[in-house]
Amino acid sequence: MTETEGYVTADGRQIGGVLMELKDITLKFGGVTAISDISFDIHEGEIRAIIGPNGAGKSSMLNIISGFYTPTIGELWYKGKKRPQMKPFEVARMGVARTFQNIALFEGMTVLDNVMTGRLTHMKAGIGAQALWWGKARDEEVANREKVEEVIDFLEIQNIRKTPVGRLPYGLKKRVELARALAAEPSILLLDEPMAGMNVEEKEDMSRFILDVNDEFGTTICLIEHDMGVVMDLSDRVVVMDYGKKIGDGPPDEVRNNQDVIDAYLGVPH
Amino acid sequence: MAGLAEGTDGLCSVPALLQRNVEKFGDRPAYREKEFGIWQSWTWKETSDEIEALALGLLNLGVNPGDHVAIIGRNRPYLYWSMLASQMVGAVPVPLYQDAVAEEMEYVLSHCGARFVIAADQEQVDKVIDIQEHLHQFEHMLYVDPRGMRKYDHRRLHQFSHVQDQGRAAYDEYIEELKSRRAALTYDSTCVMLYTSGTTGKPKGVVLSNRNIVETAKASSEFDSLSEKEEILAYLPMAWVGDFIFSLGQAYWSGFCVNCPESAETMMTDLREIAPSYYFAPPAVFEGQLTQIMIRMEDAGTFKRKMFHYFMDHARKVGPDLLEGKPVGLFDRLKYALGEFTTYGPLKNALGFSKVRIGYTAGEAIGPELFDFYRSLGINLKQLYGQTEATVFITQQPDGEVRSDTVGVPSPGVEVKIAESGEVYYRSPGVFVEYYNNAESTAGTKDAEGWVATGDAGFFEKDTGHLRIIDRIKDVGKMSDGAMFAPKYVENKLKFYPDILEVVVFGAGKDRCTAFVNIDLTAVGNWAERNNIAYASYQELAGHPQVLDTIQSHIEETNISIAQDDMLAGCQIHRFLVLHKELDADDGELTRTKKVRRKIIGEKFGDLVEALYGGKDEIYTETEVTYEDGRKGKISATLQIRDTKVQPIATKIAAE
Repeated sequence: MTETEGYVTADGRQIGGVLMELKDITLKFGGVTAISDISFDIHEGEIRAIIGPNGAGKSSMLNIISGFYTPTIGELWYKGKKRPQMKPFEVARMGVARTFQNIALFEGMTVLDNVMTGRLTHMKAGIGAQALWWGKARDEEVANREKVEEVIDFLEIQNIRKTPVGRLPYGLKKRVELARALAAEPSILLLDEPMAGMNVEEKEDMSRFILDVNDEFGTTICLIEHDMGVVMDLSDRVVVMDYGKKIGDGPPDEVRNNQDVIDAYLGVPH
Repeated sequence: MAGLAEGTDGLCSVPALLQRNVEKFGDRPAYREKEFGIWQSWTWKETSDEIEALALGLLNLGVNPGDHVAIIGRNRPYLYWSMLASQMVGAVPVPLYQDAVAEEMEYVLSHCGARFVIAADQEQVDKVIDIQEHLHQFEHMLYVDPRGMRKYDHRRLHQFSHVQDQGRAAYDEYIEELKSRRAALTYDSTCVMLYTSGTTGKPKGVVLSNRNIVETAKASSEFDSLSEKEEILAYLPMAWVGDFIFSLGQAYWSGFCVNCPESAETMMTDLREIAPSYYFAPPAVFEGQLTQIMIRMEDAGTFKRKMFHYFMDHARKVGPDLLEGKPVGLFDRLKYALGEFTTYGPLKNALGFSKVRIGYTAGEAIGPELFDFYRSLGINLKQLYGQTEATVFITQQPDGEVRSDTVGVPSPGVEVKIAESGEVYYRSPGVFVEYYNNAESTAGTKDAEGWVATGDAGFFEKDTGHLRIIDRIKDVGKMSDGAMFAPKYVENKLKFYPDILEVVVFGAGKDRCTAFVNIDLTAVGNWAERNNIAYASYQELAGHPQVLDTIQSHIEETNISIAQDDMLAGCQIHRFLVLHKELDADDGELTRTKKVRRKIIGEKFGDLVEALYGGKDEIYTETEVTYEDGRKGKISATLQIRDTKVQPIATKIAAE
């Protein structure tokens, strides 16, 4: 694709050029083809959703983007360059952060410490200096703490700053995960079912935070979600997958009216 | 007092106090606020610069003398500065309750005809935008927190810091105007307008002059010898007169530092970090803290729990005496000192009360148990009785004369008298100027000689000269047999049980009393957890038979104690039910200051009241509820009605 200009969304927001492009991705586990020949792109500053029924290959797709899986066939272009095979932590250093479908926090550590781990990719002091909390390590920690406090303020979790994560309810844990991902100051944020298992109020809160993150920090967001209402409200463009294949791609309204999508996922309206 | 045209040393307005503080305490902290996890602080000098920049910015926006500037948000230094800046340019600050819904704000904003609004954040801005087409005089809005505001139409919307920047840039053009406006402030110009919470009907705008505020701040600061070294935590609603006096009036008079919490949720942590020396809280806050302690002690290990109870028993015995300097035996003193080391000290530290020199509670009656608990720890907790119309102070308790059942002696400069009807009247330099645009109500409340009716029934105790408040005069009624009916008296007795959050007693004009009860979800929830009782909602827990048993036993105990009182023995509760929902200000059942709106509740739950006086032992009901975002829904429930044991009135002598 040569087109790198952005586009304007339905509500009048200007979206940047292509940030990440996935070309002809196929992922096989032995004889099972999880993803077959999918291409799509993510523009800078947009909220891009991936939807599809269970087992459609959505999480696998996210794992490819985050570098956890390497595609069997296909290329991944990021910021105009082809991305070579990488370890997940190398991908993280390039500005890709994520949250997990099943919360993956350190339960025994406080919220603050958990969010601080999100800054790991920004810390350069050696292990010795860090253990002694001396010199560069100290300055670095202070600078990083400042960034973390901004995120804590942004997500309104000041009151649980010092609470061990294990004692928090589910909805808040999800928010702490988001905080950790945000603390990394990613260019692209991957959210794996951010609303799963939440009640209506928690979903509203989370939606607001996702929109605010996108709006305030200009972070590009790629999310997987099952709640159709949420996806259609939040996202600028939607990729629809079914049995590892792409069956639709476009703005929410277009996808909603796509017959294949309706049949595969949304059901036929009465 | 009328001869006093000028304030002490020419300090005749709050901005004048600010100037004095800059000269006297320039480098001492005036404000602190926790942000990004760190306490940020501003000295008096810095505070004055910030306020001046804002005042210049307001001039630049075209604020005229006499304009009303509405201020909406939680306690933040920026909003206190907004009050000062408004006063400086000759405008009148009108703080609003931040949790008010849009319609409530609409009434107040259109009643005072606010041309300017200073809002804390997007949430408040949205509310005002929702109603702005009904506000004919509204022109410009400022917001403090820019988050989420970027895409808004900024033709009439300005960021707080930008207004300050513009003010600084236009310094030369406006400074002379600002100086002349500041100089034009007199002792009788309006200092602030505060809206009453509206326990009855629509809120009224109480106009308070500089005289009211400065005189009151001076008298009350001297009463408790407050100095510039005090630390307070500002966390009560800014629209409430108490906060205005403590966090602004007294703070500017004495020059002490006002600390603002990071958010409403972090209040307890911030309280602990600041350890204020001067603290004010309504009984509900003290009650909440005590409930928390008790719950946590129940969860503690056996040794700690036993130690806690052992030393607390001792503290109850000798603590209050020690506090008042009465003689206490050497052994008891030693034991108390040991208790201080092992129990009271750490406990006070955990509560943030390590340094409290003076604590006040007011607004509602406080339970004797609760009151004694704090006093036995060595916290000098006192009661005061006041009103917005009096600029807070009517009576307060001097050190050494503190009791839970009185509200103390008249504050310095205040005269109090009891009318024949039993109603309490007062006259003081703090008496309000008028209700804004409501001459009729003003005349109905304040007579030509300056006496103000409180609307409360009370009497002076003969031997001590302390005032005791019985109830709202209009709530004190008669039962059908002519006996006195004082619902609040009974409700307060019941509310002292930790399980019970709120009670509404009915009985005026009836032959017997009945009650609605709200359980305290924290306390009862914890009990349920301990006893392996599963519940999914407030409603389910409220209907649990064991909960009903407990409440019933509380009521029966209370009936015994009520029966001791000759005058009020008729107020014993015969039947009760536990409500299926918590009474809520959003549904109009409570005022924003969490006072019960008796009449509205009686009408709204008319079917339940009827059932209480009927013979059935259960009733099905449906109630409309309002969610936080303003949507409405319905809940339905079948409620149990229980009969309680009542003491025959004649046996009370035999029981003695």
